[in-house]
Amino acid sequence: MSKLHDFMEKRSFALLFGILAVVSVGGLVEIAPLFFIDSTIEEVDGMRPYSPLELAGRDVYVREGCYLCHSQMVRPLRDEIERYGHYSLAAESMYDHPFQWGSKRTGPDIARLGGKYSDEWHVLHLSDPRAVVPESVMPPYKFLLKNKINAERYTKHLIANRRVGVPYTDEMIKMAASDMKTQINPDADDFDGFMARYPKAVVRNFDGNADDITEMDALVAYLQMLGTLIDFNEYEATKGENER
Amino acid sequence: MSENSTTKSIVNNYGIFPIILITLIGFVWAVLAAARGDDPVIAPHAYMFMFAFALAIFALVYGLTTNKFVNNPYEYDDSVIRAGIIATIFWGIAGMLVGVIIASQLAFPKFLYFENLPWTNFGRMRPLHTSGVIFGFCGNALIATSFYIVQRTCRTRLAGGLWPWFVFWGYNLFLVIAGTGYLMGITESREYAEPEWYADIWLTIVWVTYLMVFMMTLVKRKERHIYVANWFLLSFIVTIAMLHLVNNLSMPVSFLGAKSYSAFSGVQDAMTQWWYGHNAVGFFLTTGFLGMMYYFIPKRAERPIWSYKLSIVHFWTVIFIYIWAGPHHLHFTALPQWTQTMGMVFSIMLWMPSWGGMINGLMTISGAWDKFRTDPVLRILVISVAFYGMATFEGPLMAIRYVNALSHYTDWTIGHVHAGALGWNGMITFGAIYCMVPWLWKKKEMYSMRLVEWHFWLALIGISFYIAAMWISGIMQGVMWRTYNDLGFLEYSFIETVMAMKPFYMIRALGGFLYLCGMLVLTWNVYMTIKGKGEALSLNEDEPFARKPDPATGLALAPTLVAGE
Repeated sequence: MSKLHDFMEKRSFALLFGILAVVSVGGLVEIAPLFFIDSTIEEVDGMRPYSPLELAGRDVYVREGCYLCHSQMVRPLRDEIERYGHYSLAAESMYDHPFQWGSKRTGPDIARLGGKYSDEWHVLHLSDPRAVVPESVMPPYKFLLKNKINAERYTKHLIANRRVGVPYTDEMIKMAASDMKTQINPDADDFDGFMARYPKAVVRNFDGNADDITEMDALVAYLQMLGTLIDFNEYEATKGENER
Repeated sequence: MSENSTTKSIVNNYGIFPIILITLIGFVWAVLAAARGDDPVIAPHAYMFMFAFALAIFALVYGLTTNKFVNNPYEYDDSVIRAGIIATIFWGIAGMLVGVIIASQLAFPKFLYFENLPWTNFGRMRPLHTSGVIFGFCGNALIATSFYIVQRTCRTRLAGGLWPWFVFWGYNLFLVIAGTGYLMGITESREYAEPEWYADIWLTIVWVTYLMVFMMTLVKRKERHIYVANWFLLSFIVTIAMLHLVNNLSMPVSFLGAKSYSAFSGVQDAMTQWWYGHNAVGFFLTTGFLGMMYYFIPKRAERPIWSYKLSIVHFWTVIFIYIWAGPHHLHFTALPQWTQTMGMVFSIMLWMPSWGGMINGLMTISGAWDKFRTDPVLRILVISVAFYGMATFEGPLMAIRYVNALSHYTDWTIGHVHAGALGWNGMITFGAIYCMVPWLWKKKEMYSMRLVEWHFWLALIGISFYIAAMWISGIMQGVMWRTYNDLGFLEYSFIETVMAMKPFYMIRALGGFLYLCGMLVLTWNVYMTIKGKGEALSLNEDEPFARKPDPATGLALAPTLVAGE
């Protein structure tokens, strides 16, 4: 061994390629198979791409660094399942570019937040967290009420997602701007078409301001759909192909 | 050789034209992005790039026309290292200050959040803190010390003429783009790899240049053997290049806009990110800093490395095993069980090679233990290695699946990270600065050793407050989350666990503040040393600890295993 090392430490390129070879192994063994082994992601019903408004809300979530304090990954531990709901499946983040599992819970997990609180609660809580939860350490996000989203410009975001593998159809892309407006207006003409494209989407005027699509609309729309797409009454955790 | 050094000075322009080309391409992109940018946040960055590139082109043309670029093979290239030390101190103060602010925000949310100033929110400032200290403070320290070490241990001037300066300015431009981006909400949300695609491309160019400068300096070395510190530094530079490239693959929404979506999704994305994230710790904050350890500790103690064989064994095992440990960040998640198990097993195996490095560092002092009492600089260096040993024992412990079930998502992780960051990376950087500043500015000693003592104790007490608070609060929170009452219900609501954290958040902020104070003491000491006050008497001859580079070619000196000389 000392002879081999004697050879390496006198040749800079041998050392360089030796290092590269040694540090490549772990990644190749641990990462590459995840793209090929079928059982990595469970087969479930109900997963769909984010609606344009939800995607915009998710972008706000990423932008504000929410993932730094809130995880979106319920672990299969008794107390977590009782506190938050069914443990998270890999399938539930299959369209998440990037993933938002988080690494820290300064605040609670929100993988199953959807439908737990009213829109009013969310708007109030985001605007002034301590007005609703006096002991909270969360920052205020009142400015989201003022920031408007340009629906027409959001189509490009769907296209970028399609390029990395999210199955947005041509129809979804064509209707993106209209769909964003529809989701804050339950009386919109295309309500049925929208619901066919994005089943289980929540259509409401989230922030109480019917004139504009605001970042608050988008973020609340996203928070209200989190963890709601899969019907866990029908999911069989112990079925062979779902055991991992 | 001294008469040669003046006569043989040569004006060296090679490599300048590619730099001008790169800056011109960047300038054109910046003009386009500023004029036709696809989202409002790209414009400030486009103007920053334009300003930086215009300044660079002006400086290059001015230097070329006035023959300012001198490349003297009889001298080490030290000016870029001096600049690197100043940048290290700047980013250290900035990153630690932001850390104290966000720690205080969690302790006093009523007073330190402002509803109309989104950029002051925790979520935007936290990446500024982590990038400021990891990439700003530690990164500049790594570049500066690696340039210092590789020249001395190869007895040759840095390769590449002006390219080391390109690395320095390019890297710091990246830091400014990254840091201002976080405040504006430009982020990929990948922890410790948050900057968006255009900043990533810029960093790739800079980092490959860094690798080339380092490699080419090794290639033209005048020592037969490559010194052990350089193995570690090379593995740090090349592995970070690999990690950065794979983890940042993403699809921009527009080539004139800031936003992009990552190439991978969900479980694969998580695995790639933590393969990166853990090895940013493994290669940026560990092997890079072990390179520092292998130079500055033997140099300061004036003892040879304790064991050459141990350094070989622990080098190859540490770089092989580290890469596998990423999945321990994803225990009990939707990542397949087999991957989690591999991550856990390799994390536990990692304990031994990590301690190999610690033992080699500590035992190097043997025979010079008295200096531990008399030389505060050596004491700072040694304490850093002790913290390295502590953090690399705690890490494998936390990587065990059922320990992780408790520790994950809690402040215990934050405490662990800071034991490593403040104790190991921070302390060894301080030690390296206290060694290098007198050497580089040609002074007898630092301005005041008493201030070094003060710094040592401020930092040590600060660290102790910090990690003790986070251990207690982390374990407490993990236990509270899983406590059941007699009726079989969860005992605590989530907000009750948040309330219980408050005193510990206050202690943590205090600990961080003391550490920052230590940093300010260092700054003052460095400033006065450069001014030549106190004990920092000017030396007329060259720096006391290094011989001149050897410009002769083909000369093979006896293999040297003692650092430097």
